[in-house]
Amino acid sequence: MTEIAAEAPALSLVVRAGHVARYGLLAGALLLLASLSFWAPTFWVSIAIQALIFAVFAMSVDLLLGYTGLPSLGQAAFYGTGGLVCAKLALASPGLGLLPLVGASVAGAALLAVPFGALSLRVRGVYFLMLTLAFGQVLWSLAFQTPREWLGGSDGLIGVVRPPLDLLQRIDEQLWLVVGVSPRVAAVRHFYNLTLVAAILTFTALSLLVRSPFGRTLEGIRENEHRMRALGCPTFRYQLAVFVVAGALAGLAGCLLTLFNGFANSSSLYWTNSGLVLIAAIVGGVRTLAGPALGAFVVLIAQDALSSYSQRWPLLLGAIFVGFVLFLPNGLLSTGRVLHALARAGRAGHWS
Amino acid sequence: MALGIQLGLSGLAFGGLVFLLAAGLSVILGLMDVLNLAHGSFYMLGAYVGVAVLHLAGNFWLALIMAPLLLSLVGAGLEMVFFRRLYGRGYLMQVLLTFGFSLIFVDLVRWRFGPENQPFPAPAGLTGAIPILDFRFPVYQVFVIAVAALVGATLLIGWRRLRAGAILRAGVSDREMVGLLGIDLARVFTLTFALGAGLAGLAGVIAGPYLATYPGMDENVLILALAVVVVGGLGSVEGALVGALLIGLASSFGPFYRQEIAIALVFGVMAVVLLIRPRGLFGLRA
Repeated sequence: MTEIAAEAPALSLVVRAGHVARYGLLAGALLLLASLSFWAPTFWVSIAIQALIFAVFAMSVDLLLGYTGLPSLGQAAFYGTGGLVCAKLALASPGLGLLPLVGASVAGAALLAVPFGALSLRVRGVYFLMLTLAFGQVLWSLAFQTPREWLGGSDGLIGVVRPPLDLLQRIDEQLWLVVGVSPRVAAVRHFYNLTLVAAILTFTALSLLVRSPFGRTLEGIRENEHRMRALGCPTFRYQLAVFVVAGALAGLAGCLLTLFNGFANSSSLYWTNSGLVLIAAIVGGVRTLAGPALGAFVVLIAQDALSSYSQRWPLLLGAIFVGFVLFLPNGLLSTGRVLHALARAGRAGHWS
Repeated sequence: MALGIQLGLSGLAFGGLVFLLAAGLSVILGLMDVLNLAHGSFYMLGAYVGVAVLHLAGNFWLALIMAPLLLSLVGAGLEMVFFRRLYGRGYLMQVLLTFGFSLIFVDLVRWRFGPENQPFPAPAGLTGAIPILDFRFPVYQVFVIAVAALVGATLLIGWRRLRAGAILRAGVSDREMVGLLGIDLARVFTLTFALGAGLAGLAGVIAGPYLATYPGMDENVLILALAVVVVGGLGSVEGALVGALLIGLASSFGPFYRQEIAIALVFGVMAVVLLIRPRGLFGLRA
């Protein structure tokens, strides 16, 4: 007993240090991202744009997988749909502003998620994984085979022009007048800021959502669906709602990607995108939101960086994944927890 | 009519091939809860072992024996060194681990053999086509059907009649109980993995002269085998057989009517089966 009592203050110090470290890291990451376009070359800013978009996509997966316990392999269907809706609309009515484009893409993806989710939610576990895969592939092949005039076939819809980002631009110009530094990257800078804002908003909204009574109910459903139903909770409605929200967010990510690339292609619905985003979420550490976002950066940068330095990048990437599973099974964000547990075990001897 | 038979036969050949893959995948998933995304890699490695043996010894029949043997060694080795550590940690970890391995294997193959299609001629005696009714059917596809039927029949008899099959079936429905009966589960797992990998290797080598041999040949067939597993029900050899025939026929008739609906049809079949029977046609377990 005395041992434990002596342990307590030291332990709480460790825990508090952990909190400080966590918020410190979050603040550091924000600072790094916000200042990126002032010092990084264009190449890295464009990689960061793709990583931020992928992070929004990965957070939508975390909401499903981490918080609700629904492993979907069909999330790319909404990502791709968002992108195609955005491209189609931008080409059909040029001069449309940012908000209508984003709104339509998000609404389109969410609308699609209603029947998709309602059908997939008839099964759980591996079967859910496979049914979402099946529906996703059906949608991909439908998008792929539609007449060329509709979705452009295998070429996709090209020539999408980015809408002007007046507000962001004005805020930005004021800001760097005040700071007195001029940005290094001009061309993609405003779009970079847009994706950063989108990612931060997504992170904040989802953080609030999972801490709300709604989010707690989701965790209850994940832990024990039968008990929640016995308690009178309409679990299906909750799961469907989450599926639609996650689909809408994936649609947002798809829309941003289309605006960045200037084109949309049915290949973005292909299942490998669902697989890659699932892996990004697992690598980062599910049920943390920040983890999957980090995982998105790691996977994307690993892919881009490794592929520009070594021809053998798939081999290295595969080895990294294997290493993760063996040494960091709870994801990147568990590194602190692993060290913490080690420190605690070392301090207390091995009686625990 | 003749056309229907022709399409049916080529669906049978393709379905037979997918069955060899899906049987192992299904039992591994049902028994050990391992969603093995590297199963397609075993198939690809089998084809490349075939290419290497053909290159060195020039004998297809030797390749047909070597590929399953080598691949079962690879499967047993991976199980003992890596997969064993992850049992009971949920299938997501295994998705990541086995996806990692599939990236490694495809790149190793690309490194050693290059990205291009490998020539893989059918052995003498299995080339050409035989006339059936008013069409000509490739002899090699008849051979594929025969091998798949032979292996399938052996597997089914073993699964239904042999002690080993009984242990596997029992293991799929209640693993712990089988362990409590004094059966060495670790050995069962290793052998199952070896068998599954060996079957995939066999599928790879017989696919050589039939489909193309290239790095990435694993991805397409893996996703079809997964569809088969789910349609048939996890951990069921009968299910894998029926599922493989369904998917094989769908992917043979689909493209004939309209090229583009082929994939939609395959996955459409899968979606419909799952909506009617959420656990697959022969699902033994919830």
